[in-house]
Formats: sequence, C-alpha cells, structure tokens
Amino acid sequence: MDNAIVATRPHTHETAVAAEHEHVALPQHRHHFETKEQQREAATFGMWLFLLTEIMFFGGLFFAYLLYRNWYHDAFVVSSNQLSIPLGAANTAILISSGFFMALAVWAAEVQKKSLLVIFLVLTTVFGVAFLGIKAVEYHEKWEKHHIPGNHFDVSEFINPPVNPKTGKLTEKPLAPDMAQKTQVFFFLYFAMTGMHAFHMILGIGLLFWLTWRANRGEFSAGYVAPIENFGLYWHFVDIVWLFLFPLLYLINRHPGY
Amino acid sequence: MSATSYTIVNLPDQRTATIPKRNYLNNEDGLLSWLFTGDHKRIAILYLISITFFFFIGGAFAGLIRLELLTPQPDLVASDTYNKFFSMHGIVMIFLFLVPSVPATLGNFLIPIMIGAKDLAFPKVNLLSWYLYWIGGLFTMAALVLGGVDTGWTFTTPLSTHYLNTHVVTAATGVFIIGFSSIFTGLNFIVTLHRMRAPGMTWFRLPLFCWSNYAASILMVLGTPVLAITLVLVALERLVGIGVFDPTKGGDPLLFQHLFWFYSHPAVYIMILPGMGVISEVISTFSRKRVFGYTAVAFSSVAIALFGFFVWAHHMFIMGVSNYSALVFSLLTMLVAVPSAIKIFNWAFTLQKGSITFETPMLYAFGFLGLFTIGGMTGVFLGALGMDIHLTETYFIVAHFHFVMVGGMLMAFLAGIHFWWPKMTGRMYPESLSKLAAVTTFIGFNLTFLPQFILGYLGMPRRYHAYPPEFQVLNVLSTAGATVLGVGYMLPLLYLGWSLKYGAIAGNNPWQATGLEWQIQSPPLTENFIETPVVDHEAYDYEWLEHKTAQEVTTVG
Repeated sequence: MDNAIVATRPHTHETAVAAEHEHVALPQHRHHFETKEQQREAATFGMWLFLLTEIMFFGGLFFAYLLYRNWYHDAFVVSSNQLSIPLGAANTAILISSGFFMALAVWAAEVQKKSLLVIFLVLTTVFGVAFLGIKAVEYHEKWEKHHIPGNHFDVSEFINPPVNPKTGKLTEKPLAPDMAQKTQVFFFLYFAMTGMHAFHMILGIGLLFWLTWRANRGEFSAGYVAPIENFGLYWHFVDIVWLFLFPLLYLINRHPGY
Repeated sequence: MSATSYTIVNLPDQRTATIPKRNYLNNEDGLLSWLFTGDHKRIAILYLISITFFFFIGGAFAGLIRLELLTPQPDLVASDTYNKFFSMHGIVMIFLFLVPSVPATLGNFLIPIMIGAKDLAFPKVNLLSWYLYWIGGLFTMAALVLGGVDTGWTFTTPLSTHYLNTHVVTAATGVFIIGFSSIFTGLNFIVTLHRMRAPGMTWFRLPLFCWSNYAASILMVLGTPVLAITLVLVALERLVGIGVFDPTKGGDPLLFQHLFWFYSHPAVYIMILPGMGVISEVISTFSRKRVFGYTAVAFSSVAIALFGFFVWAHHMFIMGVSNYSALVFSLLTMLVAVPSAIKIFNWAFTLQKGSITFETPMLYAFGFLGLFTIGGMTGVFLGALGMDIHLTETYFIVAHFHFVMVGGMLMAFLAGIHFWWPKMTGRMYPESLSKLAAVTTFIGFNLTFLPQFILGYLGMPRRYHAYPPEFQVLNVLSTAGATVLGVGYMLPLLYLGWSLKYGAIAGNNPWQATGLEWQIQSPPLTENFIETPVVDHEAYDYEWLEHKTAQEVTTVG
C-alpha cells in the first residue's frame, strides 16, 4: 500500500484549457468528460446496458411463451397454423433489409458522407414502415377471424375445423373444448410479443425521423456519430427480437392439414 | 487543522469559517436553475426533498394502520378502507421511498465525487429519472385520491385483475413509470463507475459505498424490466381480459407470482445493498480503520446481487410450487445469508480494536447492525420450509421485513444523511438532539416490531383490521412504539431544517474521513474538482490522511 501524498496530475491545467478549446470546436463534447473518447465509450456502454434491460423486458414474455407452450402444445400448434408464413417471411426479409440499410447508414456516418447517410436513414424508415404495414394487415385478419383475445374471442373453429373443399379432409386437428380455450393464450402471446415489438419499431421510426432531420442539417458529418451508432444498436436489437419471434410464433411445429 | 490528530471534531476548528462563496447550491439562482439542472448534486437534493415528502405520506398511512390496530374491534375504519391504507403504505414506501432512497440521494450526490469525476455519465438521463419518479409518484397519488387501491403492494392476481374495483391500473402505471426512473439511475451508475473513474482509482480502491451501489444497480437494470412487463400484463388483463393470468382462459395466476417476485425479491437487495455501503463508510470512519476484509465485503455485495436472482420462489412456498423446487429454493435462500454474514462479521472485525467514537451516524450504524442482524436471522426461519408454512402471511413476516428494510435500510439512510449532511450543506446539526433522535428511533423501532414477531408466531395474520382480544396487549405495545418511532423521524426533519440556516460551519472534513468527497470543499463546487485528482492510495487509508499535508487534492474555488 502506497501512502504517498496524492498528487495532481501535471499538465492538468493545460489539458483543461485544451479541453476548453475543444469544447468550443465540438459542442458535443460535454464538460464532465475528460475526452471525446470517454464520452463515446460511455454512450455506447450505456446503450448496451439499456439493450440488456430490453432483453429482460422481452424476457418476461419469452418466459411465459416457454411455459404455456409446454402446457398447451396442441393448442399452440393449431394456433400457429393460423399465422401466414408468406406474410411473416416477407416481413422478415423487409426487416432484415431495413437493418442492412441501418448498418450502411452507420457506415456512411463514419466515413462522413452526409447525403448517403440521409438516403440510408430514409430507406431504413421506409422499410420499417412497410413492416408495420404488413403487420397491420395481419392484425386486421385476426380481427376478422375473432382471434383477438378477450370477450370476442371465438374458439369454435378450433373445435370444429372447416373441411378443405379440395381434399375433403379437415384443415386442422380438432381440439377438445378445454384445449381449444388455450388457443387464446397463444393469441394473447402473439399479440403481446409482436405488439411490444411493433411498439419498439414505432418508437424507432420516430427517432429515425429525428435523426434524419439532424443528419440533413449536417450534425453527424464531422466525426460525431455516437447517436447514429447507438440508434443502429437499438434498431438491430429490434431486428433480432423479430428473428426470434418469427420462428417461435410462425414456424416451429407447423404441419400440413390434418 | 492538525492532520495528524485522530480526534474527531464535530465542530470545525476554524470557527470563524464561512460557507465557500462559490458552491453548487448558489452557483445559479432561481427555481428553474434547479428544475433544469444537470448537476448530480442538485438532482440528489431534489430527490432528497421528494423522497422525504413521500416517506412522510407513507408514514402517515403506517400511523393510521397502527391506530386501527390499537383495539381488536374494527372501530376506526371499514375493512376496505383499511386495505387501502396498507396498500398505499406498501406502494409508497417500497417504490417511492425504499428503492430510490440511498441510491437516488446519496448515490447521486456521492458516486461521481467518490471516484473523482465531475458528474454522472448522463446528466440529462439523471434529471429525466427524477421527473419520471415524480410522474410515477403523481400517478400513485392519483390512484389514492380517486379512491385507492386495496391489493396490497404486490398487485397479486387474480385479486387485482378480477375481484377488485379499485384503481389498480392507475397505481400500476405509477409503479411502471417509477421503474424506469430506477432503471435509468442504475444504468447511469454502472456506466459512471466503469468509465468515469479518475486516474489511479482502480476497482479495489473504490469506497465500498460505490461497490454496493454498483451491485444494487445491476439488480435495478436486470430486475426492473421484468416488473415492468408484469405490470403491463396486469393492466392488459384488467382492461381487456386477455387471460394470461386467468385460469378460465388458460392462464395461470402463478405465472404472475413468478414474474413479480423475480423482480421483487432482488428489489429487497436493491433496498438494502446501498444501505450496507453507507454502513461500511460510517463504521470505517468512526473506528479509524480500514474495513476489515475489504475485498470480501466488496464481492459479497455482488454475491448478494447474484444470489438475489435465484431465490424468488421462497415467496411462493405455500402457493403451489412443487416440493422439489421448494426444497431447492429453500436451500438457495439460505445461501444468501452467507454473503450477508460476511459483511456483518467484517464490520465487527473492523470495529475490533478500533478507535471508536459514537457520533450520530455511528449510533445509527450500530442500530443498523443490531436490527439488520435480527431481521436477517429471522429471514433464515422464513427460508426454512416448515417454519415458513407456519409463519407465512402472519405478523412474523411483517416484523421480519420491517427489521430488514426499516431497521436496515432506514437506519442506514439516516446514518448516511447525518454522515454526509456537512458535505451536502456545509453545516453541522445539533449533536445532542441528533443523538437523541437516533436513540429514540432505535427504541421506538424495537417497541414497534419486536411484539409483532410474537404476534406472528402466535398466529395473527397480516392485512386484517380486526383481531382476537388476546392479541391486544402486544398490539398496543406496537402502536405505542410506532408513536415513539414517529417522533424519532420527525426530529431530524426539524433540526436538519434548522441547521440549514443556523448550523455551525462544518469545514471540509469534519469527521477526518479519507474519501475523496472529504478532500474537497463543503458544499462542493458544481464541477466537484477543479483539477482531476490522481488517486494513489487505498480506500480508508487513515495513514495516508495523516501524511497528507497542506497539499490538498483540490482547493477551495
């Protein structure tokens, strides 16, 4: 243990003065950070921690899904057959494209190409909106089929599935009435998980408008890219959540009609 | 002042000294400069005022509860009103007082200074979290004004979702928003402690207060989102009947309990860990010794945080978890006693052969040691499966968690407020009055809650507003204790308020403590340090303090 006297770092005064000058040149370097590097690291670290809280937030829903899927396997299989794979797959492709453009936007910001940055941010937004549009179509279909959990939920279709006119066979495995009730749990989870995901996308699109406006003013074209980078992390997180939701809700245990 | 002297002076020897002309309190004037401040110290003061306000609201409900229980008959209020009383007491005290208490006030104020930084990493987020705290607090108050909530603070389904016509959604919205306040505070602390430490301030030179707040922050960041999603589900279940917790629709009420306690058990450690940090600082300062087993105390904070995530189901032993999982959770629960005991034993060894002086913070710290030990050991009773079945939902459990959280956290909070008051305000408080308050609180606390252990053991259930006449004597004792306790809480409010104007000038380091916060002026400058300090000594190094000559780390501005 060193008991020496606490010394102040030499040159601190000069450093402070230099920082003062830098402060004028780059208004984004806030006073309480020693260096721009420190500020950038803090922002990125904070973003990762925030995403960790988001994982825990969705984690509650994934936990519920895991539990109920084990208990009500048959109901979950039949319910997931109600979801449209083409629409889900199209949305997956659209969202991945959106994430791709976001990655390009981060690159454009880093190489300080303002017009490219704006273009890629707009493309990210357009694909994000397209995703939400398709999601709205899917939600509307559920509404028409009475698959929205709550008082209007209708399970009759799961007890007496319709006959496929071409093959003359039942389109689905009929469920016992008590198991058919459990389809509501699936649809609740479907709406809660995709709804929470869509909510994050809506927030993200709002932020994209704001970032595009700022990018257009040239704020990110001079080496200050932390907001773009951190938003990129957020947007990729939203992508990744969907990449779990799509297989869990749409794909696994699909089977051809009964 | 002679730096070699180990005598602790309560009054500064520069009696003619004045408060530094320039400090964070008078740097800018006007209400708006406070409401839009980015200064962590001002935000801490904002929190301190807000938290005190809510503490007395929660305390008023406690008073009403104890008043009703003075007699066996339900003669003060009807049962549903009583239910609203204890629900509001719980919600306000847990979410608006205990969870934010030490981190949001003392943590906000001290963490940047202790590590030699100018501010927390995200000052705006810090201010936002104070606003979220108030918005959430107002929702909670709105629920109260509109007619109250009678679910208890746990919002347990199906009671909260199907059988009650009170303002559960409003209150849950309030708690949801306060949760984000807590998440942002935790996030800010973690980033600050990782990225903003001054040169030479290594992890193992951090004051233990920083370690314990770091551990609590991990819990805030990982646990609170789960509470948030759980409350969203409760609100949805109530508003549109989605059925996730409703057995008639295929849901399971137990799922609620799993999700709720996954946050709310770790939340107990969010409440107690920062308090343990305060105790480490206080005990070390007033026994003039480095905290014994510094590393063990530091790691035990993190261990408590980690174990805290694996014990939630002990809240559900009688609610339908399988025997095997009950067994495992019982065992895991007892494991938490190990890091807690490590702390207690290390504090005891710190005291051993120390030059102990009994200043007010130290009195509160001793109160903490006694009360938290009793609270912790009765926790072992409750962790044991068989005992738990007998004691669940009785006053034993009420006494247990009040010993841990009120006897532990509140004593630590008061110890901390008294310890750092000279730093925060630049002034001392009247010593004899503050000692009287500490003793009154301790006596009042024991008189309130020791009878409740017996009541619970005899089988008096919690949350009832009437009871058999044979329980009256103990209840009267408890209510009498609550009155004494109330006086004990009012006293600091009065004399600390008085000291703001009339207290003696404290000087930079009235306790002769070693932390960086004591090497700067009181109250500090807005930027804390004029020059970033370079740290080359361990925490609690009193020999270093002795050697420290006129060369101050930073000087008065």
